[in-house]
Amino acid sequence: MFYPIQLLADWLTYTVFGIIPNTLLASAVNFFIFDTIKIFILLAVIVFVVSIIRSYLPPEKIRVILSRKNKYVGNVLASLLGIITPFCSCSAIPLFLGFVQAGIPLGTTFSFLIASPMINEVALVLLLGLFGWKIALIYIVSGLIIAIFSGIIIEHLKVENLVESSVYENSVNGDNFDLPSLSHKERINYALDYTKDILKKVWPYILIGIGLGAWIHGYLPADFLAEYAGSGKWYAVPLAVLIGIPLYSNAAGVIPLVSALTEKGVSMGTTLAFMMSVTALSLPEFMILKKVMKIKLIFIFAGIVSVGIVFTGYLFNIIL
Amino acid sequence: MKIEVIGSGCKKCKSLFELTEVVSRELGINDTVLYSTDVNKIVAMGLMSSPVLTVNDKPVLVGILPDKERLKEIISKNI
Repeated sequence: MFYPIQLLADWLTYTVFGIIPNTLLASAVNFFIFDTIKIFILLAVIVFVVSIIRSYLPPEKIRVILSRKNKYVGNVLASLLGIITPFCSCSAIPLFLGFVQAGIPLGTTFSFLIASPMINEVALVLLLGLFGWKIALIYIVSGLIIAIFSGIIIEHLKVENLVESSVYENSVNGDNFDLPSLSHKERINYALDYTKDILKKVWPYILIGIGLGAWIHGYLPADFLAEYAGSGKWYAVPLAVLIGIPLYSNAAGVIPLVSALTEKGVSMGTTLAFMMSVTALSLPEFMILKKVMKIKLIFIFAGIVSVGIVFTGYLFNIIL
Repeated sequence: MKIEVIGSGCKKCKSLFELTEVVSRELGINDTVLYSTDVNKIVAMGLMSSPVLTVNDKPVLVGILPDKERLKEIISKNI
């Protein structure tokens, strides 16, 4: 499928730039050009398609769907619907308030809050483009399972008392929302705007990530990191999760980088855990959520998700 | 006319506010563009994304920062 891009990358590397084939430099430059073009094409197409779907299913409509479901079905649906919802930390508070005040159970709300940033379209494009569809699928399924079960556990912990009491002072009718209606043309415009917005935001990170990745690909010896981060190292997974927490806004750059690191001996389970941590556990989001919940609940939430991610990491270190 | 940008105080909300000010001036609107960080207003309208742009208390743009031309189109359509 990407064969024409490979031809283009070869032509640019060997003919236009005149780099001698089979050198380290050629390998790094070729890798950089190929991956960059491939990722940007995939990003433009997939983000556009997801935005079109989303224009039919904004969070306000998702809330209506979720309010009609019982607890467990709600957790599953919330996690699935979280996939198509973009997550911007600027919407974390209205989303949380809107769900809880419309009477959506706390556990369902958390399932949604976990799945939405974890399984986002930018991460999926990068996984698909750099790791292939199998790893992308494993990532999606594991992410869904973590979101569903974390939500169910939080529901059973009965932690409503750890939500700021002001949250429950208001209630809203979730069936009642005043969304601007969109014509077909406006829908396409919205999707184009959104795609442009995302590309504008992530391109420097992706270029740096792929650039560093290309350098690692070309210059670092294979298995360079196996000694430190191979599947035999028990501490590799939790360490990866910890390092991932402050990196959220750079997810677009981190994934290309770790894709290169897996070639150099970092095991797949550790890599998956690291990427999940980068997307699902975000320090800025925790700070924002402090406005609507007590710190203890944020710790419970982060703790449950972390345990889920670490478990996933170990699991795939064993079976992959 | 009442034009208001409501957001959670994030960067995107401030950018939308600044862009709306520029656009409304270019459209010859004399009223000042209001800026609110009261998220409860968004939730009360039944919405859950930030920022929201309202014209006379009616939401016309939700959760996105469009480019200048598009914003101009949206505002002039709703005044």
